Amino acid sequence: MKKTRLNSCHKKLGAKLIGFFGWEMPVEFSGIIKEHLAVRQKAGLFDVSHMGEIVISGKQALDFVQYLTPNNAARLTPNKAQYSALTTPRGTFIDDLLVYCLDEDRYLLVVNAANSDKDYEWVISHKEGFNVQVENKCDDYSQLALQGPKAMEILQPLTKINLEEMNIFGVSWGNVAGEDTIVSRTGYTGEDGFEIYTLSQNPDKIWDAILEEGKAFDVLPVGLGARDTLRLEARLMLYGNDIDETTTVLEADLSWLIKFKKGNFLGRDALLKQKEEGIKRKIIGFEILGRGIVRSHYHVFVDGEKVSEVSSGSFSPFLKKSIGLTYLPIEHTEIGTEFEIEIRGNRVKAVVVSTPFYKRNEKA
Amino acid sequence: MYSDDFYYTKDHEWVKIKGDKGIVGITDFAQKQLGDVVYVEFPKIGAQLEFHQSLGVIESVKAVSDIYSPISGEVIKINEELNNSPELLNEDPHGKGWIIHLKIKDKEELEKLMSASEYEKFLEGLEE
Repeated sequence: MKKTRLNSCHKKLGAKLIGFFGWEMPVEFSGIIKEHLAVRQKAGLFDVSHMGEIVISGKQALDFVQYLTPNNAARLTPNKAQYSALTTPRGTFIDDLLVYCLDEDRYLLVVNAANSDKDYEWVISHKEGFNVQVENKCDDYSQLALQGPKAMEILQPLTKINLEEMNIFGVSWGNVAGEDTIVSRTGYTGEDGFEIYTLSQNPDKIWDAILEEGKAFDVLPVGLGARDTLRLEARLMLYGNDIDETTTVLEADLSWLIKFKKGNFLGRDALLKQKEEGIKRKIIGFEILGRGIVRSHYHVFVDGEKVSEVSSGSFSPFLKKSIGLTYLPIEHTEIGTEFEIEIRGNRVKAVVVSTPFYKRNEKA
Repeated sequence: MYSDDFYYTKDHEWVKIKGDKGIVGITDFAQKQLGDVVYVEFPKIGAQLEFHQSLGVIESVKAVSDIYSPISGEVIKINEELNNSPELLNEDPHGKGWIIHLKIKDKEELEKLMSASEYEKFLEGLEE
């Protein structure tokens, strides 16, 4: 099993470790609920070095990224990142990802750990005709995420980068705790925060410095368990659960990241056609009206007929109830619509609710 | 740390004997494995449970686990406090986090269970 460069830090902190798509990763340190609430109220530090990194460079790097992804990468400058996807010709997901513009002919794709090899193969298999180089840097980068309302206060003393001046999805280069990094104002929790990429052999210096600096703010190390509950409350998609090669970008309710006007890209024709004809199903957020916790793959019923399975389902530590995501036939996706989910043989009532389930208070 | 007047199962339940009554719960090892417990599904009072029959489920944030009856008997009481405070299962699994009371059918079944020292040895074996 692959280990991140922070593996020994996790063991020192007594983390519960699990296998996660070939990586030994911390699932929890002090308890999922405690870690979850630390991120909502103060700050939490994640090791997400398992995420994959693919670098595309060369004269036609932008053209190639534009072809692979539905969002408009031409709007990126070397201090910006954007959420996007790798799409199939059918308009479904090879993966979802972040695209960073490193400089005008160099782009960094940050992809899911589970998909990094598949994504690299996919990118390579489409590069013919583009004057680009593609590098798989998945094992080279370490990635830390510091998330929560106190993230900026904790990180600022460790870097000369002016964090306050960074916009959401902004990117900066600089030292953090003495190590060379790329810092972006991004995350997967629904909170303000930063993701820190480094090629350093000693990312533990950054990890330790943040935990030390964060002591005064009650920062906690956070595992993949709370990462999943945090992202679900914020209704951020998880590849393999909520989106995959069978769900289109429109069905996943991510139409905002499709820029039809930018020109051709993989899946454009299929998505345009689906947009014109109208989608037949859409992902929705739901709450349970009865007792119990809904999990992914539980069966979903509308008017007594099985229509789908829960794509993500969990107890929400912030809302203290069972929440989830599923695809429903488009005529049943209005907020307030009731349907049923089977929990261990019993059908319980669920209701379509507005999402995200949790939205942080923006400063006035 | 595991008390002597309890009997233990390989599925990490315990039963404490009080006369013809058995108090049933899960062990500290089990709650640590589960993580934060958020919901307990109980059997009905009056239900007749066989040895090793599923008596309910415990849901933590991450997982669902069956709980098996460590002994045969009739359910006479459930710990309703767990409905509002499921975290008791994490905080005090061998005390306030008890799950049900059973009227024991056959005390000889206790011979199938482990003593505290046997259970501790069993756990050591799991960690290796």
